[in-house]
Amino acid sequence: MKRLLTVSLLGAAMAAGSAQARDYDTVRIGVDIPYVPMEYRTPSGELAGFDIELGNALCKQAELKCNWVEQGWDGIIPGLMSRKFDAIMSSMTINDERRQQVLFSDPYLVPPSAWFAPTSTSLAGVESSDLKDKNIGVQRGTVQDSYVTDKFGDVANIQRYASADDVAVDMETGRLDIAFLDYPTGQAALLKGGKYKTMGELMTEPKEYFGDGFGIAFRQRDEDLAETFNKALATLKSNGTYDEIHDKYFNEDGTNAPQAGD
Amino acid sequence: MQELLQSIAPWLSDNAIFTPSTLAQYWGGFVNTVQLVFISLVIGLFLAVPLAIGRASPIWLLRKGIWLYTWIFRGTPLLIQLYIAYYGLAFIPGVQDSLIWPLIKDPLYPALLAFTLNTAAYTTEIFYGAIKAMPRGELEAARAYGMSPMLAYRRIILPSALRRALPAYGNEVIFMLHASAIASVVTIADLTGVAYNIYSRYYAPFSAFIFVALCYMVLSFSIQGAFRLLEKRMLAHLKPR
Repeated sequence: MKRLLTVSLLGAAMAAGSAQARDYDTVRIGVDIPYVPMEYRTPSGELAGFDIELGNALCKQAELKCNWVEQGWDGIIPGLMSRKFDAIMSSMTINDERRQQVLFSDPYLVPPSAWFAPTSTSLAGVESSDLKDKNIGVQRGTVQDSYVTDKFGDVANIQRYASADDVAVDMETGRLDIAFLDYPTGQAALLKGGKYKTMGELMTEPKEYFGDGFGIAFRQRDEDLAETFNKALATLKSNGTYDEIHDKYFNEDGTNAPQAGD
Repeated sequence: MQELLQSIAPWLSDNAIFTPSTLAQYWGGFVNTVQLVFISLVIGLFLAVPLAIGRASPIWLLRKGIWLYTWIFRGTPLLIQLYIAYYGLAFIPGVQDSLIWPLIKDPLYPALLAFTLNTAAYTTEIFYGAIKAMPRGELEAARAYGMSPMLAYRRIILPSALRRALPAYGNEVIFMLHASAIASVVTIADLTGVAYNIYSRYYAPFSAFIFVALCYMVLSFSIQGAFRLLEKRMLAHLKPR
């Protein structure tokens, strides 16, 4: 009897919960760490980075209480779907394939992608003819992965890694000839120390791959929440707060500004 | 039947899992997984038989050496062993200029090395256990017939021990198949790796992973079936009549 009661109460509670739109006093935001300068931990263990600071500013503007939930990239969309958190703000590029799964806010940053190779590379360029039979490293499931797979999948050997750090390690071992990464990621993982350089141009086109920049992802049904964030973003852009945060982390051309304590 | 096909047809045409291109990828992953597991199991098995005999030998150094090897490989996670074989070996000074570098550079060989040594360690212990469990009487009978230890091993101990080890070894084969799912962390496109790629391409985690789970199940049950047949033949004499 007791069990029956619990079950029916639970059912009633669930029915009530789904009937009314969810009231977001506290928004949990999923984030994949570390990804300097977008999101990382300071030596003292605190969260920092462009996404974190902008996200906190957005929550403050929208008068929401926000918690950051750490989640590896592989499981970040399933994590959103399974309600481990209510939003993803983790340098996620907006594109059509992801749009089928999640609802995106307006873009809040459009970073370029770039090729990275050892300074001593013998590669002449980054055309199909240059990359024939070469090993190209990408982060699995990124837009860079999709682009390289479609453009060079037939001529080159594409190695997919779970994180940009793994790509960097295998650049070091010499297993990779070249890597194709988000520019900020590659800059953080490879460009320090002068052993690597970028090759070719920084890329933001074609749009079908590189999408519309980074957006905050929500569950499809949480339109109200996305709208709240969009409004807050527009306000921060017009009152100068956005530029302030942006200039703290990026130079004018999209490259990283030096970090405090770097 | 016709109705069933018609009812699933729209589902099939509107998914990212069963297009010709992804099916080709899954097939590639299937081949890679089977290859990786089969080669490491075969080499592991050939290593394990002499190692198990050595593990049961009266020579102290040999016994303890093999014990140390199985202890290390059974005491650490396969994932760590794979990382050491793949990343660790690459950073040994001089390795990148040596003749074996082309082998280590390819992710397949470090993975084979780690998998082989791991399964050999477990299989050694399984066989060693079977040798130890040899009924005293049979050994004494062999000795009474004047067989040398070599001959006794060849005619009496090994055939009987390998038979007795069969069910446990069947488990080890299936464990190895499942453990091979970590190969994708070193960029090998095995079944799991392909599922990861397709998931991250189409953001359809459940269909991608459930489909490969079914592939693994088919493989597991085939292995199980094969071992059951083998046991039926090899262990027929142990059945109650």
